[in-house]
Amino acid sequence: MNALLSWFESRIPMMRVANMHAIQYPAPKNMNFWYVFGFMATIVLVNQIVTGIWLTMNYVPSAEGAFASVEYIMREVDYGWLLRYMHSTGASAFFIVVYLHMFRGMIYGSYQKPRELLWVFGMLIYLALMAEAFMGYVLPWGQMSYWGAQVIVSLFSAIPVIGTDLVEWIQGDYVISGATLNRFFALHVIALPLVIVILVFLHIIALHEVGSNNPDGVNIKFKKGTLPEEEKTTFQIHEYYTEKYDISNDVVPFFPHIVLKDLVAFAVFLFGFCYVLFFSPEMGGKFLEHPNFEIANPLKTPEHIFPVWYFTPFYAILKAVPDKLLGVITMFAAIGFLFAIPWLDRSNVRSWRYRSGLHKANLIVFAIVFIFLGYLGGTPQENWKIIASQIATVMYFAFFILLFAYSKGERTKPVPERIPA
Amino acid sequence: MSDVSIDASESTPQADLPPSSNRRKFLTVATSVVGAVGAGFAAVPFIASWQPSERAKAAGADVEVDISGLQIGQLIRVMWRSKPVWVVKRSQAVLDALSTHEGQLADPNSESAQQPGYAANIFRSRKEDIIVLVGICTHLGCSPQHLADGAMEQYAEGVKDGFFCPCHGSKFDMSGRVFSGVPAGLNLQVPPYAFIGENTILIGSDGEGVV
Repeated sequence: MNALLSWFESRIPMMRVANMHAIQYPAPKNMNFWYVFGFMATIVLVNQIVTGIWLTMNYVPSAEGAFASVEYIMREVDYGWLLRYMHSTGASAFFIVVYLHMFRGMIYGSYQKPRELLWVFGMLIYLALMAEAFMGYVLPWGQMSYWGAQVIVSLFSAIPVIGTDLVEWIQGDYVISGATLNRFFALHVIALPLVIVILVFLHIIALHEVGSNNPDGVNIKFKKGTLPEEEKTTFQIHEYYTEKYDISNDVVPFFPHIVLKDLVAFAVFLFGFCYVLFFSPEMGGKFLEHPNFEIANPLKTPEHIFPVWYFTPFYAILKAVPDKLLGVITMFAAIGFLFAIPWLDRSNVRSWRYRSGLHKANLIVFAIVFIFLGYLGGTPQENWKIIASQIATVMYFAFFILLFAYSKGERTKPVPERIPA
Repeated sequence: MSDVSIDASESTPQADLPPSSNRRKFLTVATSVVGAVGAGFAAVPFIASWQPSERAKAAGADVEVDISGLQIGQLIRVMWRSKPVWVVKRSQAVLDALSTHEGQLADPNSESAQQPGYAANIFRSRKEDIIVLVGICTHLGCSPQHLADGAMEQYAEGVKDGFFCPCHGSKFDMSGRVFSGVPAGLNLQVPPYAFIGENTILIGSDGEGVV
């Protein structure tokens, strides 16, 4: 057995990579529950890929056949309903864990130097995920698929001069049609999954280069030769890390310590996931919207059009601006500012545990505003909501501007040298 | 062994040439440029294949509409380029009301290019009573609802008839003119059309003019 393993190992570095990136990866010992969502996102990604492949086996990507083929999957294919609900519930679960994962990064300052690029790769994954989810939602070719696509594709018509031609080019027709459906199918099942998997790979490689942050924002890697021998970790950490740095005894190896924590969180996650999957797969019209149970009809707009819940905060921002081009610009700026967080936050202290009350309040208000925008964007238009969404939009951007303003001279608490016991 | 190989390489013609970093740079740049141009040409079919196909273009041909049965106040929908096109016969009362709410409109004189020249009037039509509109909201492409006989008043004070977009609340009057302060910034589009008979409209081309 050992001979066989070493035969492989001398030809392809399987164990070396497994040790370097999983088994002997140094993880801070104080990682709390906020640190499980990266692992969870990976699990959900695998779920999406596997169930997606199986759905493709029965789905018909055409304007004539798509809707009927989804009904066929739901009613006649053995366990087709399960596979489809796993996929549709997985999409919402993906965004839940990704939003929590991103908020973790924000409260513990995980985007700060040297993790800027790690954050940017994460944001790129988020963008690709939004495109992937949007195109996936078009595929059943129901009313909400059609009119949602109509609204999103029309955003590009706001671009001066080339807008109209660009929309025609994206649609492959004068309206959203079967041509649009087919290209979205191609992008949804091949192009974007490849992009996402590559970005996830880069995200993990970048993470392992700079190392994991932790709830105290305390370094666990020190310059070679600066730590006394008794403060170095006694765990078996891969030489890839110990060669370049002194690793403090604040770390544990990723396997089994972190993996076991993640698996507990995964079990808890499965309770919620399976509950939705088996008892409420439509989630009251939030995960699968009711108009989508009617086939796409280009001549009849549903009474209310909302995107799925994970887009609604940005949709509310779009609607808050009473000008099409400015609305589109504001919406994209809302995502652009998230990209820029590593440079907007000028503090040297990472975790909110050691930062000012103002910073904590700013983060909490931001989270509330984001959820409130989601509510505004996902419920029928009313007069008071126009003003409310305008105020909330201003508050959304105020988070970033305030952060930039106060973070430089911020009154912070002293950060300990080592992770407190 | 290494001596031998050096001797061998020195005897080749290339090795006799003086080392020239400029030449190497030029060749690198030239190869890159030619490669980039090639990649550009290679990208053409991939990008162009996203354009509407010949079949889609053929399906976008002109449409003839018979309006002999169209009643006053009635709206009919026809498909042109897979878009809903409305043909409405407006009553005299509706036509008279058009000039009363111009203060609430964003572009009452149809100054933005949302219609052919012959429809750039208050009625936005060739014949006063018959209006032809692309029934797609100029905000984000939903299809507005036709609200008649006072049903519009809940959304626009003093305006009895009009179009209301359920998606984001944009409002238009019976000439398809947009109200100010709503997400849509442009009047509803008037497609090119012509009367090719007393009661026949051709949607899609400007024709010779009013029959």
